[in-house]
Amino acid sequence: MELLIKNGFVYDPINGINGEKMDIAVKDGKIVKDVGRNAKVIDASGMVVMPGGVDIHSHIAGGKVNSGRILRPEDHYKDVEPKTATTRSGVGYSIPSTFTTGYRYARMGYTTVMDPAMPPLEARHTHEELSDTPIIDKASYPLLGDWWFVLEYLRNGEIEECARHVAWMMKATKGYAIKVVNPGGLEAWGFGRNVHSIDDPVPNFGLTPREIIRGLCKVNKLLNLPHTIHVHTNNLGVPGNYITTLETLKCVEDLADDGKPVIHITHCQFSAFKGEDWRTFESGAEEIANYVNAHSHVTMDMGQIIFTDTTTMTADGPFQYTLYTLSGNKWINHDVETETSAGIVPFHYRPNSAVHATQWSIGLELALLIKDPWKMFLSTDHPNAGPFIAYPLIVAWLMSRKAREETFKKIHKRAQKRSLLPSIDREMSLYEIAIMTRAGQARALGLKNKGHLGIGADADIAIYDINPETLDPSRDYEEIIDAFRNAAYTIKSGDVVVKNGKVLKHVPGATLWVNVQICKPCEIEVDADMKRKFKEYWTVEYENYPVSERYLAISSPINVEADV
Amino acid sequence: MSVVKAVTCPVCGCLCDDIELTIENGRITKVKNGCAMAEAKFTSHSCEHRVTKPLIRKNGKFVEVTLEEAVRRAAEILANAKYPVLYGWSCTSCEAIKVGIELAEEVGGIIDNTAVVCHGPSILSVQQVGIPSCTLGQVRHRADLIVYWGCDPWSAHPRHIERYTAFSDGRFEKSTWRGYLNKMKALMGRKKIESALRRLAPKKRSQVMEYYERAPYPYISKEGRKLIVVDVRRTKTAEIADYFIQVEPNKDYELLKAMRALVRDHELEVDKVAGVPVEYLEDIVDAMVGCNFGAIFFGLGLTMSSGKLKNVEEAIRLTRDLNMRTKFIIMPMRGHYNVEGANVVSAWETGYPYAVDFSLGYPRYNPGETTVVDVLLRKESDAALIVASDPVSNFPQAAAEHLIANPLIVIDSHMNITARMADVLIPSAIVGIEAEGTAYRMDHVPIPMKKVVDPPEGVLPDEEILRLILKEVKKIKSERRHFG
Amino acid sequence: MLVMNEKPRLKVTLLTGRTIDQGVGKELGKFSKEYLESVSVCYMDPEDMKKLGIRDKTNILVTTKFGSVVVKAVKSLRAPHPGVIYIPYGPWVNMLVDPETHSIGMPSLKGVQAEVEPAPDKQVLSLEELLRQQFRKELA
Repeated sequence: MELLIKNGFVYDPINGINGEKMDIAVKDGKIVKDVGRNAKVIDASGMVVMPGGVDIHSHIAGGKVNSGRILRPEDHYKDVEPKTATTRSGVGYSIPSTFTTGYRYARMGYTTVMDPAMPPLEARHTHEELSDTPIIDKASYPLLGDWWFVLEYLRNGEIEECARHVAWMMKATKGYAIKVVNPGGLEAWGFGRNVHSIDDPVPNFGLTPREIIRGLCKVNKLLNLPHTIHVHTNNLGVPGNYITTLETLKCVEDLADDGKPVIHITHCQFSAFKGEDWRTFESGAEEIANYVNAHSHVTMDMGQIIFTDTTTMTADGPFQYTLYTLSGNKWINHDVETETSAGIVPFHYRPNSAVHATQWSIGLELALLIKDPWKMFLSTDHPNAGPFIAYPLIVAWLMSRKAREETFKKIHKRAQKRSLLPSIDREMSLYEIAIMTRAGQARALGLKNKGHLGIGADADIAIYDINPETLDPSRDYEEIIDAFRNAAYTIKSGDVVVKNGKVLKHVPGATLWVNVQICKPCEIEVDADMKRKFKEYWTVEYENYPVSERYLAISSPINVEADV
Repeated sequence: MSVVKAVTCPVCGCLCDDIELTIENGRITKVKNGCAMAEAKFTSHSCEHRVTKPLIRKNGKFVEVTLEEAVRRAAEILANAKYPVLYGWSCTSCEAIKVGIELAEEVGGIIDNTAVVCHGPSILSVQQVGIPSCTLGQVRHRADLIVYWGCDPWSAHPRHIERYTAFSDGRFEKSTWRGYLNKMKALMGRKKIESALRRLAPKKRSQVMEYYERAPYPYISKEGRKLIVVDVRRTKTAEIADYFIQVEPNKDYELLKAMRALVRDHELEVDKVAGVPVEYLEDIVDAMVGCNFGAIFFGLGLTMSSGKLKNVEEAIRLTRDLNMRTKFIIMPMRGHYNVEGANVVSAWETGYPYAVDFSLGYPRYNPGETTVVDVLLRKESDAALIVASDPVSNFPQAAAEHLIANPLIVIDSHMNITARMADVLIPSAIVGIEAEGTAYRMDHVPIPMKKVVDPPEGVLPDEEILRLILKEVKKIKSERRHFG
Repeated sequence: MLVMNEKPRLKVTLLTGRTIDQGVGKELGKFSKEYLESVSVCYMDPEDMKKLGIRDKTNILVTTKFGSVVVKAVKSLRAPHPGVIYIPYGPWVNMLVDPETHSIGMPSLKGVQAEVEPAPDKQVLSLEELLRQQFRKELA
């Protein structure tokens, strides 16, 4: 199958292409140098051509996402997707059903989405749902920051042994990266407690969150995983927590070599709170941005607030309980034996709440104050800060001061007074947006064939009906929103799957996972160790725990040689 | 002869996956580690109640037909129906359920599963208040107070207590099996003495009653795990409990509300609630508030008696309140081995856990309107496909009547009452024995099911049969489009 | 409460549910002897049985607003539970339960008001007869 996309304005930051008019050729699902005369031609004149969107952090599949769906039928009633000749029916809004999730991402020109929190015992569930999410390629990160094996090995200083077991777990769960959420706090939550700083010892285990973060950072390096450790900080959502975030960033500074990132702080907005309580609550974005601007071992994503009725869901059990006590909303808790926890609470962000409005400002401040777009990516921690279908609105806020001002007018006065936004003039270019929504994320994830349009890349391409020569995004941000909401074309693996915002076909996407190879004798020993201890830790048999490849609609392993 | 280990049992919501089977000449001859129901199920694959050939009812009698004919007939019924119901699903694999959902969407019908007559009210309660819960291993590792409310695991989930609660060993809490054995020995001794005395002098009922009217202390202040049972009658589980609360029938709501009041340090101005003395309740609540990790397991005693979802809601609210003081979870005892899976798959594909109506082209959910029992009672459906279930045995008569009065397709491995009433009966392979698949445990942990023996000749798994019917339905509909 | 009419009758609350015998029986097969015997029984408090003059393992007639069925009375080992009877899930108790779902889809299967009277001369219907009576459709 050959395709030729002619004459578009191409934005391919990984290859340094900034709005150049050029043709993109596709053959057999890959970008190639050129194609024959029989290639299907797409006329992209007057339109922007970018690599397909890459989302580094979006809760789209698995136990807690599905419990959220069950919890909130009211979330779906008003937002339905009827069945068509080519697509399955489904529902939205903040927790869409799986078919709808795939279609809606594809409609926005996204082609790769990472589910960031998979409880290892329920990995099978995550993969069943991912396999039922059409079109997009995806992966998931197993939650390992409170796994008893990790806690025990790190407490004993056995980094290499820990690394070998993490490798076993990565393969058993078909995972992509090491996810750490409120390290130590989830184990404490097993008995209803929490940790309150990175030096607060974990009850019953005796090590500190600092030791967990550093330990797993070292493990990640030994295993040569494509992404860094992906961290949801301690004290998330607590006023004054920006200090914990800075400490977390500092605690792995010495582990960075040759200026490459060693840690990713996710949904940083929730971890950039300054102030002593909700009354004195204000933004800590400036302090965090200053640090990030001066260091190269960090990447982050925004966690941008959208003013709407959405659903919070994280593995941070104690935080979710606090949200329940603050809001009085219904609350699901689900602790997973030996490993992790989860909590779900519906939440409505309102512009006339001083706290929510300040949170809204924090996300944008972080993105605009951090100078290098390769360090900070667009996200809403879907659905925690807002549904992913709101991404085009965030693009508008980043590209247009006017767009920010329109929303700023509606927010609580106290938040207006405290916000840094009036003093920020920066308006991002399409090139920077391309970095924040695809190139940067792909690079941070170590995805060699995604996020760019160089020869050999996967032919995942988005064409947006924006003419950079005639459109002024700063003034006409509504057109930016429309264009990013409904891609003119979305091409996935060389196949045109969306045209003018309409989904043309229901095709499966691939599930990426890391096939970590450790030394053979080590592998045998780890298997034996797991087998021996299994019954003590879990209530399922060793044999029934690992997820076989048959659960992945299209299995796409990435082979990695570890240094253990 | 071969031995297969780590087999997952396809019976109840415990989904025990440590079963060991001995297979000789294609038959399961020995079942190790399973409970009585597991033994019955695993050895039944070769019993005389199997359906082995596709059947169609002609003149009131079943006639053997080819699979193609049965599939075609089933597809015709579904494609021609205006409002078919597709029901069952709790005793088959998730993979089959996915095809079932696609089929329901294709024919514009309702897909509903057995939760509707089981823990449907629990789901409705969760949708009101949420639920603080966990996986069973958390209970095994940490729980020092376990409450079974309105359920009788000894009868319905026989290995629950030994695998996950009072008689299991965890990292922080140990099994109380030895203590239980000692208690039973003492009880046997006492019973012998009492019965000897009774023969000498007829005892009045009131003295035997005393045993069940005793105060909570010292029973609930012992070392280690404590087991409390709340029920309307002294079930077998109640007998092994450290303390039994006998609640008056249909009065669980009052009892739960009273306990919530006590957790919040309110005073109760009555002497008894639901037949239980308030001073006993105060002791029980003290024990709950003072434990390290408490767990409430509840069953149909709450969902089916007066109040239904309101009872469950109150139990969840009680658990939420207890979380202000200590760590507490609550979990419904799911009956069938994959009813949780049916809810889970339905939710991720359609957004809703059961009672999903596709008649308008997109998923709609409105229990009371789109639940199968109500649709049948109002006589609105005009055809039915039943997969791995026996609603004629389990639905109230008026609902089963309407099921039988309309074209009825049944896919099942064994002959049951619904099957005998069917117009089309297609035999299927047993998931977990003759077909592989995935099932979800009551704490929604997904566990793979194995294939250990071959099904009878020509018998396919549900997943494949449904795919054949779906294909045929699509064919019929496109034929209709072409020929008007 | 004892109601004195031509025959002695007792007002009770009917519960349904699982028993281990019913659980094992259903796995052996819905037409197995084990299953049919396990679900055509009614567990009664021995004191209630004495009040009505019912002997263990003799037949009784149970009537509710929704129907009436003959089952075998069995002394309950779960006593005391005066005024409460227990019939396991199955086609017999289906004749008696309340279909009312209160708009949530769940029929009222526990706590139905019933009346019990001795019926030692009546037979427990076979499954075929019971279904014929209920549905007027033949088992194929």
